[in-house]
Amino acid sequence: MPARSSDTAQSPDGTTRSPHDTTRSPDGERPPDAQAFPAAPPHRALHGRPFRLAFPPVSGMLRPRLVLTGVLVAAGAFLLFCWGLTLGDYPVALMDVVRALGGAGEPGTVVVVQDLRLPRALTGLLVGIAFGVSGAVFQTMTRNALASPDMIGLTEGAGTAVVAAVVLGWTGGLGLSTLGLLGALGTALLVYALAWKGGTTGYRIILVGIGVSWICTSATDFLVARGSRFQAEEAVGWLVGNLNGRTWDQVDTLALALAVLLPVTLGMGRWMRTLQLGDDVAAGLGTPVQTVRLALLLAGVGLVAFGTAAAGPVAFVALACPQIAQRLAGTASPPPIVSGLTGALVVLGSDLLAREAIPGTELPVGIVTGALGAPVLLWLLIRANRAGSGG
Amino acid sequence: MSTTDPRAPRTSRPSGPSGPKPGAGVPRPSDADAVAMGAIRPPSAGPELRARDLHLAYDGRSVVEDLDLSVPTGRITAIVGANACGKSTLLRALARLLTPRQGVVELDGVALRSVPTRELARTLGILPQTPVAPEGLTVFDLVGRGRSPHQTWWRQWSQADEEAVHGALAATGLTDLADRPVDELSGGQRQRAWIAMAVAQGTPVLLLDEPTTYLDLAHQIDVLDLITDLNRREGRTVVMVLHDLNQACRYADHVIAMKAGRIVAEGAPAEVVTEATVEDVFDLRCRITPDPVSGTPLVIPLGRHHHDGDARAQDARPAAIVD
Repeated sequence: MPARSSDTAQSPDGTTRSPHDTTRSPDGERPPDAQAFPAAPPHRALHGRPFRLAFPPVSGMLRPRLVLTGVLVAAGAFLLFCWGLTLGDYPVALMDVVRALGGAGEPGTVVVVQDLRLPRALTGLLVGIAFGVSGAVFQTMTRNALASPDMIGLTEGAGTAVVAAVVLGWTGGLGLSTLGLLGALGTALLVYALAWKGGTTGYRIILVGIGVSWICTSATDFLVARGSRFQAEEAVGWLVGNLNGRTWDQVDTLALALAVLLPVTLGMGRWMRTLQLGDDVAAGLGTPVQTVRLALLLAGVGLVAFGTAAAGPVAFVALACPQIAQRLAGTASPPPIVSGLTGALVVLGSDLLAREAIPGTELPVGIVTGALGAPVLLWLLIRANRAGSGG
Repeated sequence: MSTTDPRAPRTSRPSGPSGPKPGAGVPRPSDADAVAMGAIRPPSAGPELRARDLHLAYDGRSVVEDLDLSVPTGRITAIVGANACGKSTLLRALARLLTPRQGVVELDGVALRSVPTRELARTLGILPQTPVAPEGLTVFDLVGRGRSPHQTWWRQWSQADEEAVHGALAATGLTDLADRPVDELSGGQRQRAWIAMAVAQGTPVLLLDEPTTYLDLAHQIDVLDLITDLNRREGRTVVMVLHDLNQACRYADHVIAMKAGRIVAEGAPAEVVTEATVEDVFDLRCRITPDPVSGTPLVIPLGRHHHDGDARAQDARPAAIVD
């Protein structure tokens, strides 16, 4: 092909007339060997594979690596889900668990699996999805990996509400879960209101959120210090995040919330992608920026609030899982669905560890996610840096 | 479809027998370029963008006052002026990124605020100053996002989307870099990637806020040539904020000079860029000679140390530098 000659052609007017000849880029960012980037066919694997149906006129882009990652993570989460169901005073084989899930097998096993163990496993699964998706939403919306719900005060606010109720003995007839939910929602409202200045920006939400988060943490610490030992234990037990003794009630509430919030969130995926380019560019591309940001904020807050209500503030899932998912899938932003699945994988895996790591002791899941999630994230960051691609 | 052309047309221009043509400096599209640009549907007679009695303010601080403006359709308009004269603010208002405190911006006679968001995004593209792409986003994906006003949640990658993206990549000479992350490109390439996104958006009107900021001279010319191509071949209306008066004179058909939120002069470059106007707008004395290449006005600034053929300029230098 004639590319070689033209690439190096030094025409008399070359200095002013072939500006796109990138070889003369003074930044020298283009490798000297221009042939290292050979001609590519119109559909490259990296771009994904376009698919189009004549009728209905549906089209889109399939990204093989994203899909593969999603399938693998989902399979892993399902395996851990079933594995968790085998554990307990009455051991059940893995295959029997799968059968019992479908209502088949020994009636006793079905009761143990479906009535006693399923609520805990399902709570772990749904909480993981809720936190993972919520983290992806916040990180995408604010264009900042630090903007997870546990960084901008939502989980802290939930904690403060619950601890205040426990220590001050004032629950208003509401359960701790409901109080956690209200705490998270109230804090979100406060952060949004304080960050509002003729519209909000992601940056301002993070800054205000971190401030509010510390206020809530201080308030929680104050309340725990003032409370009696028994009260403090109860409060701290809730604060670390826990899957022990979940019931179908909690599962139902969470499942219902997810059934509403997940479609809403995923439906805004297209706008999340434009919002990532900055508010002005997004608006120029036809994104109703403030409306979408508020809707995303509400959906993200809802997810994290219901998740927190069901299991307490399980540390690190919302922060780390979207980042893990992004690196596994090789995307430029946290992919919402895979983030959710990764969240489920991490929470279920952590719960297994929490129950099995120390014989005879059952740790709260939040301790394990914190201890486990942080190194995984650090490892991914370091690896990405060494490879010269990540931050 | 030009995408099967392995090389970006702009990089491989004179590979045929025609060879590199002599005769420097005059923008002259090659045939290969024209084919590449043809991939994008050229907008028909473009829409009219005008502002009437415009008052713009940030947080109660008035920036632009009582401004009337009619953007020449199918032409390149450059807005020039000193820092903080309101030129970027005006551009933001023209793109509906800023709501006027008073007055109205109209697109084909319809107030901008009542144009549906999606329709506006199909008519009017805006490239803000130094936009930032998320880390790891490839050029292809960035350019693809320019298509979002044409997409719905069920139709996310139509044939038209694909053609527009490949056409935009070819037009900006980025076909070979399509798989590279935007943040790994050089400044000039990165700016071209953003312009490619705006090209893929396929809007008949393109608003650009200082598209040459932070670029070295060669890349500035590169970007301005590209913008000229978009205008000449596809008839897109371009409004851009520029800092360099000489570039504005060379590349714009219509120059708007602003000072303190008002339009001081507008018209053809030769009418607007005069010694008197430059002194008024920039508070800078200058000489103006015809540009030896384009014949447009060339501004030679005077400073405290440099006066017209004036020996005092020599005297003003410190002795150490004189010899």
